[in-house]
Amino acid sequence: MALLNNRTYERYDRQIALKQFGKTAQLKLLNTKVLVIGAGGLGCPVLQYLAAAGIGTIGIVDDDVVTLSNLHRQILYSTTDIGLPKANRAAFVLQQLNPDITINAYHTRLTNANALELISEYDIVIDGTDNFASRYLINDACILKKKPLIYGSIYRFEGQVAIFNATDENNIISANYRDLFPKQPEEHEVPSCNEAGVMGVLTGIIGMMMANECIKLITGIGTPLINKLIIYNSLNNEIFETAIIAKKETTNLIPVDEKAFKAKQYSFHCLTEHSFIDIDIEEFNRLMNEENTIVIDVREKGEKPVVSAFQHINIPMSILTKEMPVIHQKNILLFCHSGIRSATAALLLSNGSNKVYNLKGGIIKWMAHQQK
Amino acid sequence: MQITVSTFGQLAELTSPKIIVSDVADTVMLQQKLEEKYPCLQNITYAITVDKKIIAINTAINAASSVALLPPFSGG
Repeated sequence: MALLNNRTYERYDRQIALKQFGKTAQLKLLNTKVLVIGAGGLGCPVLQYLAAAGIGTIGIVDDDVVTLSNLHRQILYSTTDIGLPKANRAAFVLQQLNPDITINAYHTRLTNANALELISEYDIVIDGTDNFASRYLINDACILKKKPLIYGSIYRFEGQVAIFNATDENNIISANYRDLFPKQPEEHEVPSCNEAGVMGVLTGIIGMMMANECIKLITGIGTPLINKLIIYNSLNNEIFETAIIAKKETTNLIPVDEKAFKAKQYSFHCLTEHSFIDIDIEEFNRLMNEENTIVIDVREKGEKPVVSAFQHINIPMSILTKEMPVIHQKNILLFCHSGIRSATAALLLSNGSNKVYNLKGGIIKWMAHQQK
Repeated sequence: MQITVSTFGQLAELTSPKIIVSDVADTVMLQQKLEEKYPCLQNITYAITVDKKIIAINTAINAASSVALLPPFSGG
């Protein structure tokens, strides 16, 4: 059990000085283990404030590397970090900020193969990911492992924050993400930050709200967002709050046990492992020159960047989801902005007799690669 | 009787931040009217709140009800 010595006391003195907080709350923080999944726009401010506040053990899960377009919002990283793993860079920066706490970096993608083992090592989980597959996977894993989940997500100028799956003093478990949105939406229903754009300040605000809820949950001060969801609008500063009720029917949507969880298909990529192939830029460039091959852009009309470097046709997702085109070529190469919508298109177009390929990272990555 | 429905995120962009709907007595009727007006809602995930509570079953509404449509956000 972590205790306060002279040095750590001084470090946390200004929050210990708060009457509602005091030494007791500080010791609770020092003896809590928090797992932060996603060290991006939300994860960075969450991590920075939790490390500064003295959460005793912090785990960071992220399989991504730092890119230049991350830096306007992912404030733990510097220009010299480009190309380096986020989990490791974040851990390094946080350890410098606070050498008195333990930080574990996991440079890996959270999947249903590793989620339960990772989560079971921690007391609280924080979801700072950027896709529905991960959000549902984390929600279900937290239910199976009985861990409270701090949730935050954003869309353009708005952000949502809530605490899911918290257990109260009477052993009653609060509402979870599936009480709000029971079924996982398809990824293309909502554009990602890459596609929709995002203000760095918004991820900062929402990330700090998440860190604040985490501290409240651990220390028992204030009223945490349990059985509640807030939506913050950064353009007009309005906060909408709604109650969420834990429903019996939601239980039917959660995998019954760990085995069922590991067998469940959360990501479109898992689901379609055998029906289409994710390819990198080199393979894309090689395949586009093969015979009997067609390249299709599934972005909507008018989306940028305009592609003129290779021959292709445009069939927007909005049309593909309504009417299936007849394609005679055997090899179908698909791309979109960042590779998410085209993965869904690949799923729709694959019919067993053709070979469907999805450009991983989308046209943005392809263009960046050509400029090197 | 008119009801003003607030929307958020992508729903506000696809429909309107405030939608005025007339002559609806419950949330099932409301949903039908909204989907007639905005067919895109048929293919989109959203939750309905009445008086700041997420509803799971058909719920009566009146002119004094505050109704909102919440879409899931995935960004981070």
